[in-house]
Amino acid sequence: MAKVWRYGDNIDTDAIIPARYLNTWDAAELARHCFEDVDQTFAAGVRPGDVVVGGTNFGCGSSREHAPVALKAAGVSFVVAANYARIFFRNSINIGLPLVEAPDAVGSIKAGDDVTFDSAAGVLTNRTTGQSWTVRPFPAFLTEIVAAGGLIPLTRRRLGLEGGTSAGEGGGDAGEGDDR
Amino acid sequence: MSLTLDIFSARAGKRVEPGELVEVDIDLVLANDITVPLSIPEFNKIGVKKVFDPRRIVLVNDHFVPNKDILSAEQAAMARRFAREQGLPYFFDVGTMGVEHALLPEQGFISPGMIMVGADSHTCTYGALGAFSTGVGSTDAAVAMATGRMWFRIPPSIQVRFEGKAKPWVGGKDFILYALSRLGVDGARYASLEFAGEAISALSMEGRLTMCNMAVELGAKNGIVAEDDVTRAYLAGRTRRPGVEPRVAWPPRTQTSSSVAVGQSKAKAADDGSYAAVHVYDASKIEPMVARPHLPSNGAAAADLSGTRIDQVVIGSCTNGRLEDLQVAARILTGRKVHPDVRCIIIPATPTIYRQAMEQGLIEAFMEAGAAVSTPTCGPCLGGYMGVLAAGERCVATTNRNFVGRMGHRTSEVYLAGPAVAAASAILGRVATPEEVA
Repeated sequence: MAKVWRYGDNIDTDAIIPARYLNTWDAAELARHCFEDVDQTFAAGVRPGDVVVGGTNFGCGSSREHAPVALKAAGVSFVVAANYARIFFRNSINIGLPLVEAPDAVGSIKAGDDVTFDSAAGVLTNRTTGQSWTVRPFPAFLTEIVAAGGLIPLTRRRLGLEGGTSAGEGGGDAGEGDDR
Repeated sequence: MSLTLDIFSARAGKRVEPGELVEVDIDLVLANDITVPLSIPEFNKIGVKKVFDPRRIVLVNDHFVPNKDILSAEQAAMARRFAREQGLPYFFDVGTMGVEHALLPEQGFISPGMIMVGADSHTCTYGALGAFSTGVGSTDAAVAMATGRMWFRIPPSIQVRFEGKAKPWVGGKDFILYALSRLGVDGARYASLEFAGEAISALSMEGRLTMCNMAVELGAKNGIVAEDDVTRAYLAGRTRRPGVEPRVAWPPRTQTSSSVAVGQSKAKAADDGSYAAVHVYDASKIEPMVARPHLPSNGAAAADLSGTRIDQVVIGSCTNGRLEDLQVAARILTGRKVHPDVRCIIIPATPTIYRQAMEQGLIEAFMEAGAAVSTPTCGPCLGGYMGVLAAGERCVATTNRNFVGRMGHRTSEVYLAGPAVAAASAILGRVATPEEVA
């Protein structure tokens, strides 16, 4: 089951990975310290496929890409939040950590619930309560980054360094969710 | 037109609107010793051999440098090797390095109308000079270094005006902490935050840099102030770095006005409708401010927290480690002694600032007062080193974030303030206002 780890509003990147561990870029090591200052049970208890759920402005603060890297390496399959801080959003998309923006859903999801996301259908389901929500899809350019496997593979393709001609557009500031 | 719309319209060669996507040439890419180690492997995966233009890449080893431990030493060495391999002329290391967001404007890298990105969230600092600058992650920075181009979604603009004359000891830090207390840590999420008004016109470049630096703490994409005489005087005082000027011509601009009354907020308020909101504050009513733990938006007047005992004071960082900040601190610390229960750590943000502080007798005044003065580093601001807090300890810091665990143990506490409040607090051993001592 995809167990939920529930956090509040304004979860900052220092909470996700404290800066004292930014002396390494080793993903497994970062994962061992994920949420260390705000939830001492997370790193030991998280299982592959688990889900992190926050409120508004998730990932605010520092630009450290170590934050989504730590979440991904900890086995988090996706994050659900009411909305995201912009640099965290970009970083997550760029490295292939799926994010779900579901302001209507977060109030109904509790720690320990079993939550799944069908990305093709855009449906978020809380299997514990039986509720489900349709999630607004990301714009096409952003979906393209995800489909390409992240910003680096997309850039390679666009520069003609992989698989022939430049294909489509995408990248950069794709993640600006609010006014899409 | 809002300043950010103006910059992107000029760059895109057409009028752009909020929400629109543009891919544009960027003028400068910045990274540091903790973000470039993630960028380099990504850069190598792209498959290009060289960065798009070595003069438009700036690397600064400033966060955990001088190396705090073996792991940090390895990361700094990685940045050093990359700079050498790529032939980057603008690589700053121990001896020449300073805290990046103090260093780049000081060293003539920034000019109005620029579009730049940096793998550090406080890259938004440079808007003080009328540039568009924003923080990105390491993968974005790697792609920017390889291609010299980047996609942006044009942000809506929020204008925050400070009208009237500021009280004594009140500066840019107090203004931005006040705005944070009113608008919250997501009050400008994804937006461009534009600072204007009589009190901003009267504010020094140092104060403007402080304000734009903390735009990200409101969730903003960038902070920006219109170019004016203060900007031009600042630019005239320094040698410009060749090869980093904006890649499109940028003549001086005048700013759009709006007619919102002091104390009011209004949506869609600009004359041409290009602002999503305008907030107007009375600068003359703003007191020396403190942001209590654990959010920068937890603002209060310093005078209301005088019962709060402290263990440490840090004066420095990309927010408030500039010469003017040290001058303000020295006005309070000179001839006085740091409280016996307080460790006071002062970190001039760049070698030039350090030297000027020495020439002006500030360093001597700090040492005479019992403060420790350090070589430039970001160190304590992010709990790296040079002032990490023990369990339950409290620090008044002129830095930018007071999140849980930011400067050390998860039960430690950070109170954010400007240099005047920080220096006064160092003397009295508790949160204090400058009027109490000076």
